[in-house]
Amino acid sequence: MSTVQTGATASGHQPLATGVPLLRVHDLSVGVRSTGRPVRIVEDVSFDVDPGQRMGIVGESGSGKSLTLRAIAGLLPKPVEVLSGAVEYNGADLLGMPAKKRRALMGPEIAMIFQEPMTALNPVMRVGDQIAEGPRRHLGLSAKAAGDLAVQMMARTGIPDPARRARAYPHELSGGLRQRIMIAMAVSCGPRLLLCDEPTTALDVTVQLQVLRLLERLCEDTGTSLVFVTHDLAVVNQTCSELAVMYAGHIVESGRVKDTFRQPRHPYTRGLLESAPDFDRPDRALVPIPGFPPNVSDRPAGCPFAPRCGYVRAHCTEAVPPLAEVAPGRLAACFESDRLDEVLA
Amino acid sequence: MLDRFRFVPARLLQSVPVVFGVTLLVFFMVHLLPGNPALTILGQSATPERVAALNTQLGLDEPLWDQYFLFLERLLSGDLGTSLTYQAPVSGLVLDAIPITLSLLAFALVLSLVISVPLAALAASAPGRLPDMVVRVFTLLGQGMPQFWVGIMLILLLGVKARAFPVGGYGMTAAEHPYYLFLPALTMAIAMCPTTIRSLRASTINVLGSDYVGTARSKGAAGISLFRGHVLRNAAIPTVSIIGVNLGYLVGGSLVIEKVFAIPGLGSLMINAIFTRDFPTIQAVALFVALFVIVVGILTDVVYTAIDPRVDLSSKERA
Repeated sequence: MSTVQTGATASGHQPLATGVPLLRVHDLSVGVRSTGRPVRIVEDVSFDVDPGQRMGIVGESGSGKSLTLRAIAGLLPKPVEVLSGAVEYNGADLLGMPAKKRRALMGPEIAMIFQEPMTALNPVMRVGDQIAEGPRRHLGLSAKAAGDLAVQMMARTGIPDPARRARAYPHELSGGLRQRIMIAMAVSCGPRLLLCDEPTTALDVTVQLQVLRLLERLCEDTGTSLVFVTHDLAVVNQTCSELAVMYAGHIVESGRVKDTFRQPRHPYTRGLLESAPDFDRPDRALVPIPGFPPNVSDRPAGCPFAPRCGYVRAHCTEAVPPLAEVAPGRLAACFESDRLDEVLA
Repeated sequence: MLDRFRFVPARLLQSVPVVFGVTLLVFFMVHLLPGNPALTILGQSATPERVAALNTQLGLDEPLWDQYFLFLERLLSGDLGTSLTYQAPVSGLVLDAIPITLSLLAFALVLSLVISVPLAALAASAPGRLPDMVVRVFTLLGQGMPQFWVGIMLILLLGVKARAFPVGGYGMTAAEHPYYLFLPALTMAIAMCPTTIRSLRASTINVLGSDYVGTARSKGAAGISLFRGHVLRNAAIPTVSIIGVNLGYLVGGSLVIEKVFAIPGLGSLMINAIFTRDFPTIQAVALFVALFVIVVGILTDVVYTAIDPRVDLSSKERA
């Protein structure tokens, strides 16, 4: 921990296991078990997050990025479930452990921030009480102490007049304040891993930046790891060091953010970058990716991106390209990755 | 905080014309009843002369409007008139009966909540599974059975066969009252439960799928603590209004139930008064029932406002 006081300093954290990543997702498949063949929405996703690392998962709606995150948090909406694979936190198997033990991790070890601050807060509970709930449950604090901690957390997230605001109900606060409440709630037990599901998507751009800075500062102060799911490449660029790009339930490319942005090695990543405006080069033409992502139950044979891909060759539609190392620290699932050698910026 | 309850005085004021309308309706509907109180009082010995004399004595030969204004005038001074049957002030009769009926209603309400909340939670926790099916069948049965029949069945099974509960009456002491009121309250609760369970089940399923329940789970909440802390209050919001409406119907139902269980409440008073054409008593009970429904309506809004901080009926009324 660091100089900044968090609720966690009072609680005993599990010691960090050495030699293993903080979070290890291995061959994770998520989907719906129906009577016939299960529908696999997320397929064989693997990635590691080391202590203090900030990882962004980017993809469009339906790419499975949010479900991947929810699978890690154990919050999959029925009837979606983990079909196969493993999720390990600090060396412990999250999927195999008893529900009670897993819940005990939610808050002090792993915390989650949701997309919609409008709906993610309980409308009939004072926000201070909602923040205090975790510390009361996990840190064994009294109502009074937890309430004080909640106000302290609100102050840390930059909420003005926190003592008064703690008594407010969510509908009395602006979207930005509510998202700060969500963040205060998530960090109140001093988690080591913060899972963010598009935390800034519902916010105004000016507020977005404030919230991102806040998240970044909190993570830096406490050495918290971050898994940040978003569809917004610019947001990943601002917050994260590592990047995984998801398409149709697969990770199609991963690597350091800087390297990936400079020279994407998967046509989809490249397409994403070229379809987003770049304020440093306002004269650059935006190139949309043609077509739509495939339906989950009806994915094409071979590379799922092949029908939309400008680099497609005959063998692309025959087999699914494996996620393979294309350069040191760079993984891409593309047979034609070598042809993407252009440096974008 | 209290600002949000400013609508209460306004609502009370609004109910004055309603009550006035009720007096009008009640008075004239009572007098539309065929039959004549004098005839009932005199019974076999009635001769046209004696009936006419008694009518004059009771003021029943006055023009109907004059009788109405007299009734209003007395009402405003708190005088509900004299019971034609008992020759006693109606206010005394009604005041004796009100606590009995109110405690019966309160008991029924509590019982219905005690039954509904766990069943709704059980059903909502696994929609479409066996417990849900069982609960749904139960609500369907509950809706299909007439109240008086349920009452009679309960008397037969729990009163006569099992001898677990008295079959009727109100008991002598305060300790006996709940014991005597249990079966009638249960009967009324069974009538109330189906709609409450259905509403609560639906809203609980809704709330369980909401984002904020996901947030609560991400804080490690589960099971009862999740239900109590985050689900119940949110799920109760739509159900409160349904319970309010149901309570209004329930007063009507209590008239029959009191008769079935021989409870000396407003219902028994009312039914006897109707049979004997005891106009002042009928008017008084009907008036009280109307007042009760109005008050329940206001209370429903108060509870609604209390559990949902987003509701502000006061500001809407100003607009």
